[in-house]
Amino acid sequence: MTTTATRLDELLRRDYPHGFVTNLEADSLARGLNEDIIGLISARKREPQFMLEWRLKAFRHWLTMTEPGWASVRHPPIDYQDIVYYSAPKSGKDGPKSLDEVDPELLRMYEKLGVPLQERERLAGVAVDAVLDSVSVGTTFKAKLAELGIVFCSFSEAVHEHPELVQKYLGSVVPYTDNFYATLNSAVFSDGSFCYIPPGVRCPMELSTYFRINAKDTGQFERTLIIADEGAYVSYLEGCTAPVRDENQLHAAVVELIALDNARIKYSTVQNWYPGDQEGKGGIYNFVTKRGDCRGANSHISWTQVETGSAITWKYPSCILRGDNSVGEFYSVALTNHHQQADTGTKMIHIGRNTRSTILSKGISAGHGSNAYRGLVKVLKSAAGARNYTQCDSLLLGDQCRAHTFPYIEVKNATAKVEHEASTARIGEDQLFYCMQRGLSAEDAVSMIVNGFCKEVFKELPMEFAVEAQKLLGVNLEGSIG
Amino acid sequence: MLEVRNLQVSVEGKAILRGIDLAVNAGEVHAIMGPNGSGKSTLAQVLAGRESFTVTGGGVRYLSRDLLAMAPEERAREGVFLAFQYPVEVPGVSNVYLLKAAINSLRKHRGLPELDAIEFLGLVREKMTLMDMADEMIYRSVNEGFSGGEKKRNEILQMAVLEPKLAILDETDSGLDIDALKVVARGINALRSAERAIILVTHYQRILNYVAPDFVHVLSQGRIVRSGPRELALELEQRGYGWLEEAAPTSPLGASAK
Repeated sequence: MTTTATRLDELLRRDYPHGFVTNLEADSLARGLNEDIIGLISARKREPQFMLEWRLKAFRHWLTMTEPGWASVRHPPIDYQDIVYYSAPKSGKDGPKSLDEVDPELLRMYEKLGVPLQERERLAGVAVDAVLDSVSVGTTFKAKLAELGIVFCSFSEAVHEHPELVQKYLGSVVPYTDNFYATLNSAVFSDGSFCYIPPGVRCPMELSTYFRINAKDTGQFERTLIIADEGAYVSYLEGCTAPVRDENQLHAAVVELIALDNARIKYSTVQNWYPGDQEGKGGIYNFVTKRGDCRGANSHISWTQVETGSAITWKYPSCILRGDNSVGEFYSVALTNHHQQADTGTKMIHIGRNTRSTILSKGISAGHGSNAYRGLVKVLKSAAGARNYTQCDSLLLGDQCRAHTFPYIEVKNATAKVEHEASTARIGEDQLFYCMQRGLSAEDAVSMIVNGFCKEVFKELPMEFAVEAQKLLGVNLEGSIG
Repeated sequence: MLEVRNLQVSVEGKAILRGIDLAVNAGEVHAIMGPNGSGKSTLAQVLAGRESFTVTGGGVRYLSRDLLAMAPEERAREGVFLAFQYPVEVPGVSNVYLLKAAINSLRKHRGLPELDAIEFLGLVREKMTLMDMADEMIYRSVNEGFSGGEKKRNEILQMAVLEPKLAILDETDSGLDIDALKVVARGINALRSAERAIILVTHYQRILNYVAPDFVHVLSQGRIVRSGPRELALELEQRGYGWLEEAAPTSPLGASAK
């Protein structure tokens, strides 16, 4: 730590003769991105040297990269020098003081979702004491988990308390050179979650960021690292269930999962970041890299995602099926309404023998929404007996929306079996009329039909999440019926 | 209860119904018969609020209200039920879920509290016994993978649960074997009451052996060409529709009798 600080002082003296100290006291860094900023982020977090070096390597690599252009999404250019890469936990200073200052649209949405008032305040970033409740809740669970040897903490804490684990696994699934956004994240990530399940331990509860201290402060460049050691099991819920107020447009997170022999990780996401308004103004660019490594034999990783928010979603939660007999699963519902765009899917890389993967993707497009499934199933020469089953279904509401399917299949082993099924359907007037003739309003009818369409994915979600996901679809489909 | 006056309906500019007059009172069962393409199903669907048809003339009053001005779901909530000729599949939505949503939207409209799960299941089970349906049917997706007969039974089950004031059954008997027909007829008869009217749209007189209508109307080329008592159906069975289609339209007895 001392070394880092010294180094930083040098950097500071050289490049920031003015104004820096003030910045530091204001608890947010200047706009823009350069090695000094990265040094400051690392210093602010009192990181050990290896972290700073890793960040800097990532940054230097990032400078050589360009944004990917292959996704089926459009947006104006992002000025990466116009972003504040580190802002301290939202406090009373920069957050709204009360609900009166919060966008009423946002509040209406919370109300519809049945989010309790206190929770609404927390989600809207209002500095209230209610947060204390979740702090104590978090602590209680943490003690219980610690008894089993489970480590569940913020990434920053992990860097300090378990540096050997972080150093061993960080970037081992998504290397800092991986892709433009992941590399950017590697350079600047502010915090995130860390989870380690020791050998043979079955985590007794669903882990969720909700229970974690600092949950509300993770910022737009999160990094999550989950390791299930041999024979361990964990189910992790990523709760961006309600739209988090976020002034900044870009959200570039990285999630790495590692499953060793006979381990199993189940990762569920319900993403509902701010999607922008009905004209497509504002909203989050959700450019996320998620990848799981089935490193051990008989390991199992499943991704379940319900993506209803964000102006643009660009994410492909993937599995590297390295261990023999390992299993990868991807279950996805992506909804785009108004002017939302989603380009999402998965990659299943079969390396080990008898590896199996299942892909089930349900895309719903409404309004002017655009929805693309993009997936790669790759069977390497070594993957004798590999199996994949892919099913991609698209549902269209109205005649202004779009749905695309881009399945890529590469098979290098003749014993592999790969199946792909795809369908595109429009919500039938017949179905609508049928439900309405039974007394349902048009909106309820659509919501019910869409939920039915997504059922196979929802049943993969933990119970409370499934309920929430259903409600979310209903809310997000609002205004999609003429 | 229902008064159809000179109803004219077209689809894409083509006239399907060309002046229908029909009066239906509570407690009555009316059979509407006619050959293919005579407009029977159109009439049923227009009454239920299907939007793909254009009403070009005439009107419909239901319980002293302008039925055609009401949205489909409002008609349903006010007690109009259509048993579909081709019941629609809704993948992933269980029968029980749709039924519960339906009955609770009706109850809400009437200012009644929602049924809780136990009351609701009790009601559904009772009606399923009536319809000879296995318990697992209600947990299957709406009409998905149902046989023709199961779909029709399911329609009558829904009707039995929702207890409409005006039930319109669109060829509910077609495609049924004799056992299924008896079960469906039993379901319909169980719903006959002094407060309820039933319109049976049918091709064949067969179902009328089990559900005795008070009136029979024959539809041909978009008009009611003959109305009469139950015996008319038997006559049709013997003579076919041809003799009526050639004959000039007569005044609809069912309507004038009331």
